[in-house]
Amino acid sequence: MSREIFAYIEHADGVLDDSALELINAARKIDDSAKVVALVFGSGDALNKASEEAAKTYPEVWKVESASLTYPNAEVVRPMLVNLLPKGCVCLIPHDTFGIDLGPGLSVKLGASYLPDIVDIDKVEGDKMVVVRQEFAGQVHTHVECDMREGVVVTVRPGSFEADESKSESGTVVDKSAEAGEVDAKRKFIEVKEAEAGDVDITAADILVSVGRGIGEEENIEIAEELAEALGGVVSCSRPIVDAKWMDRSRQVGTSGKTVKPKVYIALGISGAFQHVAGIKGNPFIVAVNTNPKAPIFQVADVGVVEDLLEFVPVLTEKVKEMK
Amino acid sequence: MEILVCVKRVPDTAENEIEINSDGTDIERDDLVYSVNEWDNYAVEEAIQIRDKVGGSVTVVTVGDEESDEVLRREMAMGADKGIHVNDEALESTDGLGIAKALKAVVEKGSYDLILTGAQADDGCAQVGGMLAALLDLPYASLVNYIEVVDDKTLKIGREIEGGSQEISEISMPCVLSIQTGINEPRYVGIRGIRKVAGVDIPEMDLSELGLSEEEVAPRVKRLDYFVPEMGEGAEILEGDMEEIAEKLVELLKAKGGIK
Repeated sequence: MSREIFAYIEHADGVLDDSALELINAARKIDDSAKVVALVFGSGDALNKASEEAAKTYPEVWKVESASLTYPNAEVVRPMLVNLLPKGCVCLIPHDTFGIDLGPGLSVKLGASYLPDIVDIDKVEGDKMVVVRQEFAGQVHTHVECDMREGVVVTVRPGSFEADESKSESGTVVDKSAEAGEVDAKRKFIEVKEAEAGDVDITAADILVSVGRGIGEEENIEIAEELAEALGGVVSCSRPIVDAKWMDRSRQVGTSGKTVKPKVYIALGISGAFQHVAGIKGNPFIVAVNTNPKAPIFQVADVGVVEDLLEFVPVLTEKVKEMK
Repeated sequence: MEILVCVKRVPDTAENEIEINSDGTDIERDDLVYSVNEWDNYAVEEAIQIRDKVGGSVTVVTVGDEESDEVLRREMAMGADKGIHVNDEALESTDGLGIAKALKAVVEKGSYDLILTGAQADDGCAQVGGMLAALLDLPYASLVNYIEVVDDKTLKIGREIEGGSQEISEISMPCVLSIQTGINEPRYVGIRGIRKVAGVDIPEMDLSELGLSEEEVAPRVKRLDYFVPEMGEGAEILEGDMEEIAEKLVELLKAKGGIK
């Protein structure tokens, strides 16, 4: 029997998330001959639009309509998926804030194995699948093997698989709302509070001097500010700086912060976790300063400096002023 | 309110360079500095703040070897009232589901209104909280960065979603929440605080006391190895003394439009 692979399609008001076009390639790498079905949940025009769009990439689309799905609440989606999905299937979900909410519990309710945050598929042999993951914020990779006999729920890191932009399918859309059933969840969505705009718009800056955990102390941020001033740039930061309340969230680069597109990005004491790097777009010239030569940031940087930033940055700032 | 917080002892990545051992079976653990998982520490702080507002108690639980005792004591020095240490060799090779099953058994031995975990730990799986909720058939929310007690059955919570926005919901208790960093400012724990709880008795439980068999926690998901992949070229590392490096860098920045 051929394998059944399902891909959960995220969309906002009918516009597909980038992951929708990536999951199809993850599915093909698992089994090129498998039937791949897109799962699209929502309500009204947005759902119809998203389903039609998904049918350009997937041969079959299962759409589920419910007023309770107008905003995607994982506590509503999960029991519906349990009603819908056949035993032993592979279910692919993006590893983002929705997928993290949905995935672990879904695997338990399906009695399936769970493979979270995979970045690649190594091989599938019989009932075993071997995937690639990262640990310790990307410092090391691991091969992870799972038993697929009872099925497997996989969350796929966004950006890990190439998007299939071909739109070459003309898939059929099947309404599965009745089979999904209605759910009375004990977690009720109220509203989304949008992030507040800050004093400085880092998304508009050409030159960003970005600080991370390696800055050590709040008062050391001044060193970065002096460099930014000399360069004519702006200071941004990674998540730990916001968690420590040293800088405002409006200055944070990354999936839980802002997506920036500068010409030059100078990362000071930033390890380079994928959540941070995913916020840097537009292929800027990246400079990384870090004491740890194995920090993942050096894999994405164009130029690296393995020095203590507290010593090096003041020297650099002086040179900038001298040579400008 | 009775609150249970699940914590884990992990290598502190801010303090360590993670290196892989010669045969790729594990990371070099000898010189690592261990600490409580950062996310869990925020979860314990949140639990303490809720207890201080509405009353009740905070229990911290960990699944881990002998050494894990130190993180329980650290969190008790912060203000947690009780500790539970689940320690069994069979759990050392288990997967996330096995850990969740052990925690489920712990939950069922008590009576908790609220169960907190960190959003993720050293392996980045972000799975145990969600699995635990599903095993217990309790409502769940992940990446929680705001909690407000509405009444003795309801919480108003915020989840961190993409772009720094916040998804606000109401959730009924008992429930399981995984806590995101930045939800609060965890208090400092001094050496004196840790000394105070050094003598406190922490009950230890093994699988049989939890009513679990080794088969039930046998892993379905197994890590085969650790490796560092052949990446592209990566960054060109600038060499020389600091003055020379700075000069080279300024030239490069000028060429790339990095100086206005």
